Amino acid sequence: MKPSRTAHATAQAPPLPSAEPIALVDRTGRRTGQSALAGPDQDVLTELLRGMVVGRRFDRQAGALARQGRLAVYPSSRGQEACQVGAALALGGRDWLFPTYRDSVALVTRGVDPVEVLTLLRGNWHSGYDPHRHRCAPQCTPLATSAPHAVGLAWAARRAGEEAAALVLMGDGATSEGDAHEAFNFAAVWRAPVVFLVQNNQWAISVPVHKQSAAPTLAHKAVGYGMPGLHVDGNDAAAVYAAVGGALQAARAGAGPALIEARTYRMDPHTNSDDPGRYRDPADDRYWAERDPVDRLEALLRAEGAVDDAAMERFAAEGERLAARVRERMAAEDDLSPGDLFEHVYASVPEHLRRQREDLSAAFGED
Amino acid sequence: MAESTTLGKALNRALHDALAEDPSVVVYGEDVGPLGGVFRVTDGLTAEFGEDRCFDSPLAESGIVGTAVGMAMYGLRPVVEMQFDAFGLPAFEQVVSHVAKMRNRTRGRLELPMVIRVPYGGGIGGVEHHSDSSEAYYTHTPGLRVVTPATPSDGYSLLREAIGSPDPVVFLEPKRRYWAAEETALPVRTEPMDRAVVRRAGRDATLIAYGPMTATALEAADAAAGEGLSVEVVDLRTLSPFDDATVAASVRRTGRAVVVHEASAFGGYGAEVAARLTEQCFHHLEAPVLRVCGLDVPYPPPKLEEYHLPGVDRILDAFDRLQWEREWTSTGPAEVRG
Repeated sequence: MKPSRTAHATAQAPPLPSAEPIALVDRTGRRTGQSALAGPDQDVLTELLRGMVVGRRFDRQAGALARQGRLAVYPSSRGQEACQVGAALALGGRDWLFPTYRDSVALVTRGVDPVEVLTLLRGNWHSGYDPHRHRCAPQCTPLATSAPHAVGLAWAARRAGEEAAALVLMGDGATSEGDAHEAFNFAAVWRAPVVFLVQNNQWAISVPVHKQSAAPTLAHKAVGYGMPGLHVDGNDAAAVYAAVGGALQAARAGAGPALIEARTYRMDPHTNSDDPGRYRDPADDRYWAERDPVDRLEALLRAEGAVDDAAMERFAAEGERLAARVRERMAAEDDLSPGDLFEHVYASVPEHLRRQREDLSAAFGED
Repeated sequence: MAESTTLGKALNRALHDALAEDPSVVVYGEDVGPLGGVFRVTDGLTAEFGEDRCFDSPLAESGIVGTAVGMAMYGLRPVVEMQFDAFGLPAFEQVVSHVAKMRNRTRGRLELPMVIRVPYGGGIGGVEHHSDSSEAYYTHTPGLRVVTPATPSDGYSLLREAIGSPDPVVFLEPKRRYWAAEETALPVRTEPMDRAVVRRAGRDATLIAYGPMTATALEAADAAAGEGLSVEVVDLRTLSPFDDATVAASVRRTGRAVVVHEASAFGGYGAEVAARLTEQCFHHLEAPVLRVCGLDVPYPPPKLEEYHLPGVDRILDAFDRLQWEREWTSTGPAEVRG
């Protein structure tokens, strides 16, 4: 047995995150020139812009489907596209994504079939896509509970010698949950290749972030666990992409986990059944609208000559085609069978479930 | 060659053999490494298989179970330990919302072959929070297999089967029986996991028990035999899914049934057994199905636990209340049944 050593005798304290979020592109679309993050090249920036335009159109379409009753509910991520797209594009092919219910745009950006993404919110099944195919865990509803899954998976991947990391998406409210704490701690102790991206969109339904935490920033929480914390402008796709990509790369290389707080804003209600008029000041919406992630990157890339009207029209058209395909496929009748309820409870259907299936079939059978 | 083995040692051997045979098996939890677990069930495993296969984790049960979910998603077969039943409760959300449902949520695309070992039950003189029986919380959750051995040979066989199962298993270990010995030759394979077994054949009544109460039930059946009553003892072994066929067949033969468990009666596992037997054996029943359970009180302090735990006397009292047509006497069961 090794002699015992206290953690603080061996660990080097990570540097404190900055109080102000790091941005590569300011709200007017100018490069900030800061050097804390390596800025992505123009092709990547263009890809980020394209992804955000398409993702925002998907988000708007999903909201419309919810209002039409074709989705049971839709939690919009409008305003958070820099996080959704920046994070998803920063992932490597062998990395895993652990999304929540608000991260549909990240999944679509990752390449998951949009209709399969919407299966949960449509109410047809709890998850619609094959997690192995795109290395995306099912969207998680109980806050922060998928974070320890990511830690365990990443630990197992590293143990198997695979160069892969896991990216956990969570919100500001989720950082209050016990599972966030446990996941941060396990990840740091095990030096698991995990990146926690906290999309601080200022509101956990109706509760503002200052009622969640007294920490200077949510990124500061990382320091107590012995992992680096980074505070970035969550409406700057370049900064999110650079921060997440860098942390994933470090994690894959064996540097252990990191926590990134991306400061952003949920422009829409919590879901289509929420009423933010009861708790939010419309002035806040205006403040954040001036910091829109799509507008700012478009301004930069237009100014630098990387995109023009034709490019923007192509992106918009791609978004329209995606929305049209989603509308069309979501209009199709549901193909649901109550008998499916008994499948996949266990690896094989046990006797008591076989009986219940027969009873159900007799009660709701063809007759 | 058969030799005397305790339940704790049989479980240790099962973990050892699983680690030796399957490189995807990992064992972790609180104090399970160099110490070998507070009950020594993981004794020697770190020394033999290394820190990579059997190790101490941070002290956080939700994190332990939650990380095991991720490992199982990746293809490992984690076996985690909750140090005591009540200390497993912080992991309850992980167990109910993820462990039990992952296969279902993903239509079978993600399966979680993992085992959560939980030493459970009282009778060891433990202070508060060290003696709970939490089985009904788990059996109420579809998607979990809930298994509890009563003997060393079953401990070995059921744990090996649980580790090999494609479904997640909550493996409840009757901690007061860790030191109970049996002559057996390990490795051993007993009845399959989903089967209840008749531990003692009898004609007049069926006594249904599991885990820590199986030994008590057998003692009670012995005592009853001395009074002329022939009691059949069924050891459930797996609480969920429930082996209706074996239990109902026994009760149809005897016409009377008593269920015994340490956990409180109200809303407890015995209520489910009684309801199922009423539904399936109504015309064979000569008396209501009775329950002998812990009191409906929070688990008592150690000096009062003997009043809470079902013992032989309370089981014999229940036999008396099975609405016999005549008094039964030591002259034998033929008279008993009238």
